[in-house]
Amino acid sequence: MLHTVNKSPFERNTLDSCLTHAKKGSAILLIEDGVYGALKSTPYTDKVKAAMKNVAVYALYPDIEARGMQDRTIDGIKLVDYPGFVDLVAEHATVQAWL
Amino acid sequence: MTETTGGIDMDEDTSGVVKKFLYVNRKAPYGTIYALESLEVVLIAAAFDQDVSLAFLDDGVYQIVKGQHTKPIDVKNFSPTYRALEGYDIEKLYVEKESMEERGLTDKDFLVPVQVVGRAEMADLMEQQDVVLTF
Repeated sequence: MLHTVNKSPFERNTLDSCLTHAKKGSAILLIEDGVYGALKSTPYTDKVKAAMKNVAVYALYPDIEARGMQDRTIDGIKLVDYPGFVDLVAEHATVQAWL
Repeated sequence: MTETTGGIDMDEDTSGVVKKFLYVNRKAPYGTIYALESLEVVLIAAAFDQDVSLAFLDDGVYQIVKGQHTKPIDVKNFSPTYRALEGYDIEKLYVEKESMEERGLTDKDFLVPVQVVGRAEMADLMEQQDVVLTF
């Protein structure tokens, strides 16, 4: 399953809820304000790093660039463009959009 | 007040009233329209020569981070507008220290000069206003 998260972890508990429900082998794609969950040096960094042992975490690079967050993302988070987003959706049988 | 002005007081002595306006920005840019709308309203207050201050706290601190490139998401990059505020005599920009640090940011990451204040000081600032508009 592919999970998408589009809310800032500072404003909603969406990312937290997604992280605790995503099963081993699934993928999480951070989009829109959700990309703030991909950053180093935040209270959520360690939680995301821990999750990365079991799930693949991606972030949509255009959304990162728009927000000036280049070079601030956690090492190991895979940055994808729009065609990459489409590929992820196509690769997974189901998509759960956490709002 | 007269019938013809629809109840709006047109006397000259009210035209020069200057109030202290504080715009509280708490939302990240682009994900929602709040940041852009706040900026629009700030410029309106400036046009009326009001005493304007801007506060950035919570995710609002992300609004003024350097290096925003919005072409890839096909949205207007309004961050340069914060630099133009000085031209409208809006020079009181406050960033809440706790919000900034929690996000791994420093005052060097902002595209405009700001005054970094603690949460308690921010609370005092809010208390000193005539009008507070939160976005």
